[in-house]
This record gives sequence, C-alpha cells and structure tokens, in this order.
Amino acid sequence: MSTPGQDAKFFQRGKIEEFRADLHAAEAKDKKFVKRKTVLKKIVANITMGNDMSPLFTDVVQCLGTPLLEIKKMVYLFLISYGRSKPDLIHLVIPNFLQDCNDRNPLIRALAIRTMSYIAIPVVTDALSENLRHCLRDRDAYVRKTAAICVAKLYNADPRKAEKNGFVEMLRDLMLDSNATVVANAVAALSEIGDRLDGVIFKLNLTTANRLLAALTESSENRWGQIYILDSLLRFVPERHADAEAMAERIISQLQHANSAVVLTTIKVLLYLMNYMENRRLIDSCCKKMGPPLVALLSSGPEVQYVALRNILLIIQRRPAVLKNDVKVFFCKYNDPIYVKLAKLEIMYRLARAENAPEVLAELQEYATEVDIDFVRKAVRSIGRLAIKVEVAADQCIKALLSLIETNVTYVVQEAVIVIKDVFRRYPGKYEGIIPTLCEHIDSLDEPESKAAMVWIIGQFANRIDNADELLDVLLDTFLEESVEVQLALLTASVKLFIYKSSAERAKTLVHKVLKWATEEVDNPDLRDRGFMYWRMLAINPTVAGEIVLADKPAITTDSDRMDRGALDQLLLHTGTLGSIYHKNPETFIRNATGKALVDSPALNPHSRAVLIPLAPVRLPQPAISVPGPGPVESHSASASDNLVSVDKEDGPPPPPPSSKPAPSANAENAGYAEAEDVDADEDMPPNNKAGSNDPYSNLDGAFGNYLADAPRPMGDANRRRQYEDDLLI
Amino acid sequence: MRDSSKPESTPLSQCRADLISDFKLPNRQQQRKRITPNQDRLLLASTPPIAPMASLIAILDLKGKPLIQRSYRDDVPPSYVERFLPLILEIEEEGQQVTPCFSSQGINYMHIRHSNLYLLALSKRNSNASEIIIFLHRLVQVLVEYFKELEEESIRDNFVIIYELMDEMMDFGYPQTTESKILQEYITQESHKLEIQVRPPMAVTNAVSWRTEGIRYRKNEVFLDVIESVNMLVNANGNVVRSEILGAVKMKCYLSGMPELRLGLNDKVMFESTGRTARGKAIEMEDVKFHQCVRLSRFENDRTISFIPPDGEFELMSYRLSTPVKPLIWVEAAVESHRGSRVEYMVKVKGQFKRRSTANNVEIYVPVPDDADSPKFRASTGSVQYAPDKSAFVWKIKQLGGSREFLMRAHFGLPSVKSEQDFEKRAPITVKFEIPYFTVSGIQVRYLKIVEKSGYQALPWVRYITQNGDDYRAL
Repeated sequence: MSTPGQDAKFFQRGKIEEFRADLHAAEAKDKKFVKRKTVLKKIVANITMGNDMSPLFTDVVQCLGTPLLEIKKMVYLFLISYGRSKPDLIHLVIPNFLQDCNDRNPLIRALAIRTMSYIAIPVVTDALSENLRHCLRDRDAYVRKTAAICVAKLYNADPRKAEKNGFVEMLRDLMLDSNATVVANAVAALSEIGDRLDGVIFKLNLTTANRLLAALTESSENRWGQIYILDSLLRFVPERHADAEAMAERIISQLQHANSAVVLTTIKVLLYLMNYMENRRLIDSCCKKMGPPLVALLSSGPEVQYVALRNILLIIQRRPAVLKNDVKVFFCKYNDPIYVKLAKLEIMYRLARAENAPEVLAELQEYATEVDIDFVRKAVRSIGRLAIKVEVAADQCIKALLSLIETNVTYVVQEAVIVIKDVFRRYPGKYEGIIPTLCEHIDSLDEPESKAAMVWIIGQFANRIDNADELLDVLLDTFLEESVEVQLALLTASVKLFIYKSSAERAKTLVHKVLKWATEEVDNPDLRDRGFMYWRMLAINPTVAGEIVLADKPAITTDSDRMDRGALDQLLLHTGTLGSIYHKNPETFIRNATGKALVDSPALNPHSRAVLIPLAPVRLPQPAISVPGPGPVESHSASASDNLVSVDKEDGPPPPPPSSKPAPSANAENAGYAEAEDVDADEDMPPNNKAGSNDPYSNLDGAFGNYLADAPRPMGDANRRRQYEDDLLI
Repeated sequence: MRDSSKPESTPLSQCRADLISDFKLPNRQQQRKRITPNQDRLLLASTPPIAPMASLIAILDLKGKPLIQRSYRDDVPPSYVERFLPLILEIEEEGQQVTPCFSSQGINYMHIRHSNLYLLALSKRNSNASEIIIFLHRLVQVLVEYFKELEEESIRDNFVIIYELMDEMMDFGYPQTTESKILQEYITQESHKLEIQVRPPMAVTNAVSWRTEGIRYRKNEVFLDVIESVNMLVNANGNVVRSEILGAVKMKCYLSGMPELRLGLNDKVMFESTGRTARGKAIEMEDVKFHQCVRLSRFENDRTISFIPPDGEFELMSYRLSTPVKPLIWVEAAVESHRGSRVEYMVKVKGQFKRRSTANNVEIYVPVPDDADSPKFRASTGSVQYAPDKSAFVWKIKQLGGSREFLMRAHFGLPSVKSEQDFEKRAPITVKFEIPYFTVSGIQVRYLKIVEKSGYQALPWVRYITQNGDDYRAL
C-alpha cells in the first residue's frame, strides 16, 4: 500500500471531556475534516483498548453529517459497539441510516443495512425491516448478498418480525438468483434459520438441490460460498439410489479445490450420499478419490493438519478402503507439533495391518526414544496395541518393548508394563517367559496404573514366579497409602497367591493381613466389599473360590477396530466441524444444538438403516411456520402433529418420539444384525478380523488427553465393567 | 461412570435408567438417548447458541492481551477473549496438549499462531472448524499483503483499516470477500470524499471474483515456475524410509484484459484418456489441487487445465507424487567418539543427479552434542561453521555438480564425560538445496495457450526448480 498507517500514537488513554471538547472545536475550522478524523481515531483506539466511550454517543453521532467515508465507517463502528446500550438515543441516527439505505452508492447501501442489522433493538430493526425488502431486490449483487445475511441477523433478533415481513420467502427466491455469491449467502442464511429450534424448516427437494449444484459447478464462484452450498446438500434426502449417485458424481470434482474447508465439506457430502448409494463401483471410486485430497491436507499448516487428522481418524473407521495403503504418509515428521504427532500416531495404529506392521513398528520404536514424554508414552503404548492387533507382529513388538524396558527410563518402563499385561491376556501361554525381566524393574513403577498392572501380573502368574510372595510382601508394605486402583489389585493378587500356594505359611499370613486391612482399615466401599466377598468365599469353600478367582478370563482380542457404526454415521455428518474434532455429537457439548442423523428413505442402505440412531426428539416450542409451495422450503408434514405435544423445553425429560418418526422398528426383526455389522467396510478388512469381539482400544477416541480412554476391557458383556473387576466373574 | 457427564439437574432415577439401558442389548426405544462413546465433562452452555460460525475474532499478543477484536454475534461476550491465555496455561499445566481447537465452559476456542501473535475465533456452536481456521490464515495473509508485516506495531498503526477489513471479510460470522487484491480496490488507506465514490468492484460478487476488468499491460507476459520440493527420510543403513515430491506451479501473470489460458502438462492420465502416446515420459500426479480460478469440472471431464488467471502472482496448482525417489543429495556421516572426551565426524556428500545439473546453496546440518566445544573443520570444498544455537555444524557448498563427491571432517571437544548411550540418540542430518532447470518427477509444461479477445501475443516463460522440502533428512 502506498502509505502505511502511523496511528499507533493514538493509543493513549483519553478523557471523555477532552474528546468531547475536541469534537466541538472541530466543528468550526476543520479543513478536510482532519481534526474530526483525528479525534474519532483516538476514540476508536480507546474502544480498542477497552475503555468505555459510550458517554460520547451524542457527540460522535453528530459527525455522521461529515461527507467522508472513513468518518462514516468509524461512526458506524462506534454504533456497533455502543448502539445497543443506548436505546433511548439511537433514534438520533435513524434518519442517517435511512438516507444511507437509499444512497446511490451500493457500498453505502450495504454498509447501512449491515450496520443496522448488528444493532438488535426494536427501533433499529423496525427501520431495517422497511428497507431490507428493497435491498433484497437491489439491482446490485453486493447489496443483495449483504441483505441475505441481514435476514439471518434479523431472524436472530426477532424471528416473528422476520417471518411477518416475508423475508424467509424472499431468501428462498434469492436461492435462484443469477449471482452465485448471493445464492450462497441466501443458502447460509436459510441454513442458519433452519438450524434454530424454532426456525422455519429448511429442506431441499431434488429440483432445488440440482439448481444449487448448478450454481456450485457452473460458476467457479467464491470459495466460502461453495461451503455453504455444499453444506446445505445434507438437507437433501435422496429417495432413489440414482439421485444420490448422480449428485455424488457432480460434486466429486470439488475434491480438487485448493481450500481445505471445501475439500472436507465435499467429503462430508460424499460420505453422506454414500449411505444412499447402491452402485458398488461408484462407492469404491468415491473412496478411492477421497484418499489423495486427504493426504494433501497434510501439507497445509499444522492447525489445518490437525483438523484433517481428527477427521481422517473417523473416516477410516467408517470407510476403511480410504487410505488403507497410505500409512506411511502419517509417519510423524521431526518438526510436527506435538498435537499433530499424537493425532498421527492414532491413525498409524488404525491403519496397521499384517502387511505394514514392520514399518509401523520401526517408526514407533523411533518415536519411543524422542524427548516429549507424552509422545513417548503414547508410542510405547501403541507398540503394545500393535502386538494385540496384529498377531504376526506380536513377537517383534514384544522384543521392542523389552529393549525399551532395558533403557530404564521410568515412564517408558511403566507404559511398557501396562501394555504387556494386556499382551499376556491376548496371547495366553506365549510370552510369560519375560516376567522375570519385568520383575527386575518393579522398583521403578511409581504410577498407580503401572503398579496395578504389575501387581496383576504377579498375582495372575504367582505359580510361575518363585518369589511372588516376597514381591507381594514388599509391595504390601505401603498398602494403606496406595491409590484404590493399586489396593484393589493387591487384594486380588494376594488372594490368587493364596489359592496357588495355599500350603505356604507366608501366603496365608499375607492374605490374612490384606483382607483385614481391606475390611477394617479402609474407607473405600468397593475395596471393603471386595474384601468381604473374598473372605467369605475363602471361608466357605476355598476350592470353589479358587475356581472362581482363577477362572479362564475372556480373552482380549483385537478387532472391530472402529467406533460403533451408527455413531460414526452420525458423527460423519459433522465432518470438518468442531464435533468431528472432539469426536462428539454437538448435542453433547452444546446445549440446545440440533443433532443430525441420517434420515430414512427408500434409498437408504439397509446396513446404515440397521444401525440408525434416531435423534433425540427436539420439540418445537412454538408452531413452526411452514412455507407452502413448490419452493425449496418444503412444508413439514409432521409439524402439525408434533405441535400436539406441548413441552416446556427448560425442564423435564424430552417426550418419547412420536411413532411417525423414522424409528427403525422394521430392523428389529433383522436377526442377522449383529454379524452383518458392516458389509461394505468389512470386505476391505483382512478376513481374520471377523473372528471376534472388541478391540480393547477401539474406543480410544478421547483425543489422547485421557489415558483412561484406552483402558483395556475384556470382550463381550464384561466390556462395560470396570477394568479391575475383570477377575470377578459375578 | 457415564452419568457424571449429565447436567447436574438430571433426576437420579433417570440416571439409573440410562445406566441400565447401557447394559441392555440394543433396543431401539432405549437408544434414542444413546450417548456417543466419548462423552465427558464439558459444561453446557446456558443460552441457546445460534452461531454456526465464528462469534468473535481477535488478535492477541503472546501475553494474551487482545490487540484488536471484532464481535459478530452477541452470544459470546467479548470478555472471553481474555480467558484464552489462562486456559492455555491451565491446559499446559495439567500436562495436556494445547490443540488448535478446544472447548471450555461451552465456549469453543479456535486459534492459530502467526509469529508473535495469536489469532483467535470464539464460537458457541458446532462451527465449521476447518473453515474458521482457514479464514484465520486468510486474514493473516490479507493483513500481510496490506501492511507487509503483521505484528503488534503494524496492527496499532493501521487499526482503523483493520476494523474496516474485519467488517468486510466476515459478516455475522460468515466469511465473505477474502481476496486481498479485490479488497484493496475499495478498502484503502486513502481517505475518500463521499462525492468521489469508491464502489464495490464487480469482482466482489462476480463469477470471476479474482480478477477485475480493465487491466492493461504494455508487454503481455506470463512466468511459470514449476517448483518441486522433495521430502525424504533415509535411515541409518542408507535405505530410503519414505520419500515424496510436493510440486507447485506458480505463475506471475502480467496480461491485459480477461485472458483465457490453457495449460498442457505431460499428464499420464490425460494421455491415456485421449489415447495419445506420449513422446517421452508422462507423469502420474496425485491429489492435484487448483487455484479457485481453474474450472474443476473441465479438468474432471478431460483433464484440461483452463482458467482466467488472477493478476500478478499466485499458485496455480499443487500436486504430490509418492513415487519412490532416490536421494538427490546423498549424505552420510561417520561418527567416532573417543571415551566421551572428544568426537570426530566424517561427512560425505554426493550429488546423485545428472552431470549437467548443479545443486546450488547446499547446506548440510549435522547435529552435535549440545555441549560440544573447540570445533575444528577440514573440508574439500565449501565452508563449515559451528552453530551452537542449533547444536549443529553447517557445511555450506555454493555449487555441487552432478555425480560429484566431497568429504569433510570435523572434530569437537566434549567437556563432560557422557555415557555412550546418550550419545547414540542423535537428531537427523538435514539438508537444504536447490537444483535449477530440473524436476525430479519429470513434469513438463507442453504448452501454455493464451487467448484474449483483443488478440494480443503474449510470451510465456517457464522455469523448473527442485529443492528440499521441509523434511529432508538422513539418520
């Protein structure tokens, strides 16, 4: 630019009276309005610093008469900041607003309505409503696109006023505007209104969806607009496979867009449409085409990469064909920020298979020697997870873990012990030979989780460890100071030891000591109850007690490598949004957010339907306005019956869904539901994965912050019990 | 465990019911309140959030002090901006990672870093995070193009115009015009009298939003730069663990009017689809990305790259190739440490490309222990410097010919005695270089056709460069 600004000097705290005096003085001799401009700049600088300038309201407003755009903009900025706090004075500026709304210059017309719409008080919204009608039909596209957003703002401030004035219908008409930017903003405004609990329902029919698609593809129009249009396509529910397939083919070229947000939104729409598609070949080709653009996102800045990675983690669980051969691109770079590395680590684990396990393991070993503790821990844990997931790699993984234990770095050792415990459960009778090595490091375990894991190992294999009683005895020295997790483990281990070596005097004293502590000295009810239970079992019939305590454990196995498919389908409707980053549905972290769910239709893939999670019903507090006619806003047939249920949305549980909702009652009879889990996904997986049950780590979607999230769980029903209870087969 | 995530007001009886339903086999009726796997303790917002986009955008210094901010929605009070840094510190203190997006008390914080600034967006809704993060990057780019540098001082110096830009670039939280070339046409630092009026350029809402009409040049020229960056990781045994080529076609367009351009590359897919046989090599590009000016539907149909270019400099396209590449610059280092008191390095470099090419400005960074001292170097070419701040020494070679090989030796003293083991963990060697007139992939510009209705002749210039990517290293 020709003249860089030098306005930093205005950042000085000023007195209201001085500014006022300056403004008055400027009314007299003010050549080229330099004085006024200077004072206004000082005022805006003070607003920026957080000083309250609202007492100057009447004085600043006087400047609106100045024929200088810069001054007008500063006054408008002042009005946006303080307009709402001065409802009694705002009428002073209404004439100026009205004048500007009819200015010859479209820039001024748009500026006026834009500013007015930010001041949500009745006097202003009334004046705005009068003018918005013309502006929505303005001959200049710049004014129309601004007016479209103004409708959304007005609706936010006063829904009834917006509806009464027919602005929603006008927005609907703008969707057919010749200008693509106007179309995009109209779609954005309608979407926003449609997302409100009390808003007009915004759905697309095939004709309108196709028109929007034309607006999307014909004009290579501005990038942000494409996002709004693509987003709105989720409001179209395909009734026929062919509709979904045709639409997918039309949008697929958007994957080549340079803007990552467009790419992610396109992927979201494709994933959505795939639920309604039948043509296998096309679905496969969509999956294939999605991979490279996702990989390309990894060469953007770290923040964008992070968003992409969190989404990729979801996508590959639902569509394993995407990126299945690309594990290498997720290998961490030396200079990746730690949050990127952690997100990559998780994806590496997901993509690991027998074919690529050696490469993945080599990478993980590399990471295990880096400096960041959190990252190293995760890497070590991932090696264990890899051993559990990929059987052919287990030997190598164990070798790697052993060599890591030898480094004697305490946090590495502790992580290794935690995972090795699970490896023992996964491959019974295979690796117990390494127990002595673990025992050598018993002193370096100082965190509850690793300590509990080690205690479990000692108890479980007390018959193979010669000095198990000695080891336990030492560990028991601090029993009363330990955390509950460790105490529970110690209690169970002592009982196991006693059952293995019931003749040994030392085991007997040990178990007695522990049971006494657990039942008499400890306040924790879980621990106490467990103590009593063991005690009674042992007292009544030690043999049966032995059978119970040492019964075969349900094996931890690897597979079902993803989140619940229904939940995934739902989360993927939020691709690119915060929900997809937190891996949570928006209803769960934002109150009153409208959830999204796949809508049932004849075209919906039966597998998707089988796992469909209907939305928690959200009742409309007031009768919804349905706009009749063939336009894009379709009347919502259910709304009339919905309104019969009157609900106070503040308290009380939501009412049960009316039967008219697409509750998939038909699928209950789908007996094969359990194993037919996901045909299109499973066929991409190695066949041995069909074997079984739950991967102990499959729920590790907890953004790595939370180690508990990947606490291993035994398979089957016991899944839901807490980990330390797994010895109790009640 | 799960009931802890519920709002506190939930009656106890209901919590029980939820727990029980979790234990039952899938039952449709029960599932309507099903909880997604990873619900946790986020506090819920108390007012209905209506903002799908950003509610507020702020620029903060590293101490978390807001330098300038603009509110687009009332649902997030501006005071939340000041909670940003304390929250970050809190997260760090808890040993957690600060991610670009996080949520606290129902407010979502999305941020990026730019030199010594944070750019922050707040929202109360399930915002399109990818869009907002990219918008923040765009905002940085626009402000940099306006003020050359974006830092505390330039923000203060130009705060009025930044407010104007923020008003123009985002409306009610929805990103609008973010092309700085277009913005500069109607948002300028010169004062405008209302009589001599600036109008919104057609381009703001035009289909061709990136170019205005009426551009004139005396000499019509186009410069094409094909730049390929090679990322590579070579392990200690000298094997390539991974390699990729990131390519970009950058243009400088000095063309009058509204020219139509068509770019032809030796694209394998196009040759195959048109049944043409390539003379010479054709290459298979992966994940090609285009500037918004390229007609994507045409590319999808027949792989034609056709577009009306923006004026001046821009990146037309980028692509990636994961075909294996052998290292262009081969580096190996032998390290010999003598009882922890001193250490010697022997580094060998070799240009593994055609004899007629030359690599320029080769820089080889070899890491050394943090406390290494009294360096001694001997090199058969170039210069060597010790960079203690990077814990490395740098061997700089101005020009390295193809197939040429050089050696250098370095010697350091070590003050403290270290165990051998510490020493083994060493950071990788990184290499920087630039090879002009050469692309690793073999990509070639076959033609660039320029058609404008006035019928002028324009000259296209093409240049090829291969360089290191941000991740070229050997262990």
